[in-house]
Amino acid sequence: MNRIADEPNSTVYHVKGGRQGALLIVENFNLWYGPTQALFDVNMTVEKGLVTALIGPSGCGKSTLLRSINRMNDLIDGLVTTGKMLLDGADIYSPEIDVIGLRKAMGMVFQKPNPFPMSIADNVCYPLRVEGINDKKILQNTIESALKSAALWDEVSDRLQGNALGLSGGQQQRLCIARAIAANPEVLLMDEPCSALDPVATAKIEDLIDELRGQYTIMIVTHNMQQAARVSDNTAFMYLGKLIEYGETSRIFTNPKVAKTMDYVTGRFG
Amino acid sequence: MHDERDVFKIEAQTTEAPHSSGATLSGAGTDPASQSGSNSVRSLPNADRPKASEDRTKIKKSMVWDFKSRGEPFLWPFGGALVIGIFMIIGFLVLIIYNGILTFYPGPIEVVSLRDGSVLAGELTRLERFRPSSKDLEQLPEEVQNQIAAQKGFATRQLYHTGNFDLYDEDYRWISNFDITEVTRPTDIFFLERMEWGPFIGTIKSLDLNGRIISKGDLTLDKLRREQQEAARRRNLLHYLERNEIGAINYYLEKGRLELRKLELRYGADSPTYQEASKDINNDAVSLESRYQDLSKEAAGIRDNDERYTITLADVAGREKTMKLSNIVRMYPANVLTVPQRLGVYFSRWREFLTQEPREANTEGGVLPAIFGTFCMTILMAVAVAPFGVVAALYLREYAKQGRLVSLVRICVNNLAGVPSIVYGVFGLGFLAYMLGTTIDNIFFPERLPTPTFGTGGLLWASLTLALLTVPVVIVATEEALAAVPQSLREGSLACGASKWQTIKYIVLPRAMPGIMTGLILAMARGAGEVAPLMLVGVVKMAPELPIDGLFPYLHLERSFMHLGFHIYDLGFQSRNAEAAKPMVYVTTLLLITLVFVMNIASVMLRNRLRRKFFAGHF
Repeated sequence: MNRIADEPNSTVYHVKGGRQGALLIVENFNLWYGPTQALFDVNMTVEKGLVTALIGPSGCGKSTLLRSINRMNDLIDGLVTTGKMLLDGADIYSPEIDVIGLRKAMGMVFQKPNPFPMSIADNVCYPLRVEGINDKKILQNTIESALKSAALWDEVSDRLQGNALGLSGGQQQRLCIARAIAANPEVLLMDEPCSALDPVATAKIEDLIDELRGQYTIMIVTHNMQQAARVSDNTAFMYLGKLIEYGETSRIFTNPKVAKTMDYVTGRFG
Repeated sequence: MHDERDVFKIEAQTTEAPHSSGATLSGAGTDPASQSGSNSVRSLPNADRPKASEDRTKIKKSMVWDFKSRGEPFLWPFGGALVIGIFMIIGFLVLIIYNGILTFYPGPIEVVSLRDGSVLAGELTRLERFRPSSKDLEQLPEEVQNQIAAQKGFATRQLYHTGNFDLYDEDYRWISNFDITEVTRPTDIFFLERMEWGPFIGTIKSLDLNGRIISKGDLTLDKLRREQQEAARRRNLLHYLERNEIGAINYYLEKGRLELRKLELRYGADSPTYQEASKDINNDAVSLESRYQDLSKEAAGIRDNDERYTITLADVAGREKTMKLSNIVRMYPANVLTVPQRLGVYFSRWREFLTQEPREANTEGGVLPAIFGTFCMTILMAVAVAPFGVVAALYLREYAKQGRLVSLVRICVNNLAGVPSIVYGVFGLGFLAYMLGTTIDNIFFPERLPTPTFGTGGLLWASLTLALLTVPVVIVATEEALAAVPQSLREGSLACGASKWQTIKYIVLPRAMPGIMTGLILAMARGAGEVAPLMLVGVVKMAPELPIDGLFPYLHLERSFMHLGFHIYDLGFQSRNAEAAKPMVYVTTLLLITLVFVMNIASVMLRNRLRRKFFAGHF
């Protein structure tokens, strides 16, 4: 088979286009942290209802790309972006967009579990509370459904008022997932959600992602290639701020077009 | 350290022994102790040392113990610095607590006969060795001179608290031991604390109860105490009438006058409004005046009656002194008290100290107004400094773009904490009291001018000055507490769609609260003990009124007030008799330290509670 040696000039795409219809379209997206450019001309279409994995070696910009989607990078001084990012056709970076409203439409799970120092119930309904929803019944229902979706309900239903910091690491991360989906977002962004967890907890989270498939559009950044292979429908391989190859997971892992991708997925570097 | 070195060396030697020459083995064999492990080797006699040192060549040089090898030389200065610091703190606390706690305990009264034939009575307070001058020595009898010579020229002298300032013009007297011929402790001698002139030490001659004279023989302790309490009740009633009732009348008269003056300033003296009000207020004044007359008459009656109850005392030399019975605050026969009775006197003195007003130019009585003033000022300061400092720190840490300008501001804030506090006092007086206060007076209280209301030092300006003084402490502590909140929590909250303010309110502030509280309490502790700036902006030696009372608007921010720190200074250096005030200096210092200590303990407990709540069981 003919592989493109090293780095191609432009991204190689295998996605046939719209198995489910595109939810997020990234167009010519560049990003600078001050003088340093972190993302180069990223073009990408994220399909609705699927799990998309972002893989690549450390510092390749996959987390940056993920955090650009809900504009968490805005917190950093000296950030500059060009290009477009269209969520349901609306440009995320246009000045009319309300960042807070945008973030409400997305849930995010972080590398390290970061439950708030409050009760389990308060953690889950935090996104509703900040929206101003104080109806006890709605909150109650949300807590239950979100915890059930996050496969945590059985473990914590008897201590919802207990401190969230008393949970184990895996439980805390599932609580964060419950919190992220409590407000029914369209997109669920996961930034290496299992990197701080042990294998058992990791397996639980992966099962959970599998169950959430279809309900939410999930984007997951991971260092663990087996994990990407197990949970995702599409995989994007990034290297040094560029999107190298993007396609169905099976294709990327078994028959990538670019030599670099091959090297990475077979563990030759990274 | 010596043990460690020996074991190390010899263990190294014994482990190598099997590989070394036979000579060493046989050498070791001659000493049976060396084969039974390092413990017994440690007690090797010194004579064997040379053999051990022969093997030292086989140990790697870097492994040989050396004085410099593990930084041991620095152990001594480092540890020593800590030990000196701890000793200084402990010594200072012990001094204050020892002197402060013992001050109120009633001691025995000794009657001392001197060689020149005079007698004096007093409480023994201090002993001191001294070297009499040769001129003094010459005048002493031979026998005493020899004694002193045997002591290498040193003699002892004692400080007696003699009281009776009105008779002797002094409270304390040094007596050289060689002047004393006899010391006795008679049972009929009393220690009497008075409203004026300090304590009296002497015997009770007689009591004159409104013409009924009870002489010493018929006087029981019980009866004496009953009569004294009766007199104290009269004194308190008189005090209440003069201070509260008549004080209130004066307050209302002044209020009426001010209202009238206000109307005059607004409408002019010829306006009908003024005329009408003037009539009203004059009517009020007439009724108040008649009430005042009634009260004065009542007070005069009580005072007349009170003056007919007198007590005649005599000092040990026989000089008599007659005074009102109500002049006596407390009395006890110092030499016949049992320990529980002594403790009774001790605690009653503490109670008086904590709950009464000072008398005798602050050297006696209580410090309630000072405690109250310190407390009010500290609370007001905290109320002013907390929101201000926290909000400023929030801006610096959460909102401001971190750059050179913010760093500069931060450095300035830190430096502000090092500005001498008197400078803040000058600022408080010049800007707050004279500029701001005068403006407030001109706008809101023109009727009181030229008497300043806010245009001079007062509780409000003192609190604000101290708030300014402590704001850097709060800002720095809050900034540190905010910086310690993990960024991941902020991100988590923002990712949930929370606004910046919601994130701060729900996540950052609760989590930083323990640290903020710590900073705030530190600031309060510092503010409570600060004296220098207060002397410029409102602290006085003796405040006629408390800053809070029953008259509208209840909290009087413009009033000057008393403060424990200033009280200490005043007692120690401004009173007529520094020696007499010294015990009170220690007691007041103890109280101030206790106050600050209690506030610190409270802060630590509060912080720990908050910490348990927000930091429970991480992973």
